[in-house]
Amino acid sequence: MEAFTRHVGTAAPLRRSNVDTDQIIPAEYLKRITRDGFEDGLFSAWRKDPDFVLNQPQYQGVSVLIAGPDFGTGSSREHAVWALQNYGFRVVLSSRFADIFRGNSGKGGLLTGQVPQEVIEQLWDMVEADPGTEVTVDLEARTVAAGNLVAEFEVDDYVRWRLLEGLDDIGITLQYAEAITDFEGSRPAFKPVTQ
Amino acid sequence: MGRTLAEKLWQDHVVRQADGEPDLLYIDLHLVHEVTSPQAFDGLRAAGRPVRRPDLTLATEDHNIPTIDVDKPIADPVSRAQVEALRKNCADFGVPLYSLGNIEQGIVHVVGPQLGLTQPGMTIVCGDSHTSTHGAFGALAFGIGTSEVEHVLATQTLPLKPFKTMAINVDGDLPDGVSAKDIILAVIAKIGTGGGQGYVLEYRGSAIRALSMEGRMTICNMSIEAGARAGMVAPDETTFEYVKGRDHAPTGDEWDAAVAYWRTLFTDSDAIFDAEVTLDAATLSPFVTWGTNPGQGLPLSASVPSPDDASDDVDRVAIERALEYMDLTPGTPLRDIAIDTVFIGSCTNGRIEDLRVAADILRERTIANGLRLLVVPGSARVRLQAESEGLDTIFLDAGAEWRGAGCSMCLGMNPDKLTPGERSASTSNRNFEGRQGPGGRTHLVSPAVAAATAITGHLSSPADLD
Ligand code: SF4
Repeated sequence: MEAFTRHVGTAAPLRRSNVDTDQIIPAEYLKRITRDGFEDGLFSAWRKDPDFVLNQPQYQGVSVLIAGPDFGTGSSREHAVWALQNYGFRVVLSSRFADIFRGNSGKGGLLTGQVPQEVIEQLWDMVEADPGTEVTVDLEARTVAAGNLVAEFEVDDYVRWRLLEGLDDIGITLQYAEAITDFEGSRPAFKPVTQ
Repeated sequence: MGRTLAEKLWQDHVVRQADGEPDLLYIDLHLVHEVTSPQAFDGLRAAGRPVRRPDLTLATEDHNIPTIDVDKPIADPVSRAQVEALRKNCADFGVPLYSLGNIEQGIVHVVGPQLGLTQPGMTIVCGDSHTSTHGAFGALAFGIGTSEVEHVLATQTLPLKPFKTMAINVDGDLPDGVSAKDIILAVIAKIGTGGGQGYVLEYRGSAIRALSMEGRMTICNMSIEAGARAGMVAPDETTFEYVKGRDHAPTGDEWDAAVAYWRTLFTDSDAIFDAEVTLDAATLSPFVTWGTNPGQGLPLSASVPSPDDASDDVDRVAIERALEYMDLTPGTPLRDIAIDTVFIGSCTNGRIEDLRVAADILRERTIANGLRLLVVPGSARVRLQAESEGLDTIFLDAGAEWRGAGCSMCLGMNPDKLTPGERSASTSNRNFEGRQGPGGRTHLVSPAVAAATAITGHLSSPADLD
């Protein structure tokens, strides 16, 4: 996994709350068996509307998504994270994320920064007034900066460390293979097996 | 200090604990389906890693598979590719799989309990948010993402931070015609789609104790719709009775040892929950959703709300958007909403008791003119059981379609979809925009309301039929 320390890019304002994973990537795109190429499914229902923010020329090439509250609710589909990443997003900011989406993002290397809704509103206003506004997201310092605005964002300590180091989960766990084997030795015999 | 049920289960599964790091939790059962697993198996292959415990892993085909002409090859090439990838992956990695056509095939959350693989005191995961269903047995069961699926396949563990705990107390007697589905829709309407965020919900109280295992599964199933990680009910005699004698249930001395352990699985009287919510069962009535998230629900006797009822601006916009998408006018009585298609099925309400409730109402009646009623059993065994009780005949005589087992119109990944603008009453768990097909409009209901609605053609409860 690619390490994440600091990111600078332009941002798209997504003025909607409760964006669930079915909106981020509809079920019809989940049938694929690969890990890439999901960008065409991102917000696909909304992208049919020429006025949708990502269809506007001034928001091409964005890499930061400024979203409304309760982003990523619904299904546990990690494809939502891949779709955002495949499209080019490195960071999503919101005042509240759904837990599973947040977890999936951390593992996939997409940074989800939680900031108060006032900060979201300011960022919305700013990138709507000037779509070229550069947003700087500093994971080391846990800050997001744009124009005169500097705000702290919340990110889980452990997720932050892993993103900074670019560490893969399974590799970390397999260092404790012995502890797992010990635990297996102590499991009660009545626990079921599938075969 | 005492511990909650969730805390007991957690502590019984900790493999490793270190300051500032997530706990490493052992997973007793890993359920797999075709949609969220291919990339996980791909990852294992790329890293040259085996599946650590194929004997604690079980796969089934459910999301993509057709519910008619099941003996023919799957027509949609992408669906077929996913199902074929699952078959190859299971064969390559030694994971047991119940394929379409196998008597044990069905929706993963129906199959686990039915086989007796879902037992109290277990940790159960699946790359599917409705894994919370299994919490009905007093298991800690929750949905995970695909990279976590890969992690569990490779290590049989997951690094996790403890969840907070919330008690949902439902006391009192449910009025006639009010079911588990109405309880959970009322809970979600009360706490909101984000209200359970970060929590394991423990459903408690006399109304929960009085429910069958299937009713408890319906409730736990939809915990995720309140934003919770998991839902659970402490095991009791009803639970033991349900598990006993099933294919994978312990027997003999092991059964006794298991039950002795299961009896320790309850929240201690001096344990403290991080949050508590209380509901009086006696005040509940049939509940339906009018909007585009499961928290947008009201009693059937109510009317479509107005954006003016909103508590704040965010809520106002959400109501406006939902009304526009659902094509509803504020003030319309919910009972006046005309329905095109009724779907009875899914991991929420596709079990035998659900089908019995619906069949009872449909017996010697016919569905409304021009309405489509799809009855889709949750598993092949549920289908066989229903047929042995003659329920299929009741459905067919009423004018319904009687289908093979699978997720079907719950999410419209197979050909069972709503067309744009079509309106459904559905016993499933999600009324998101486009969930049952692009442009489709979904009202979530109980099996009883679904059946009554199919007869009248507009949202109705069985009481409206007399
Ligand atoms: S029935 Fe619906 S909610 Fe349940 S597993 Fe299938 S798609 Fe998911």
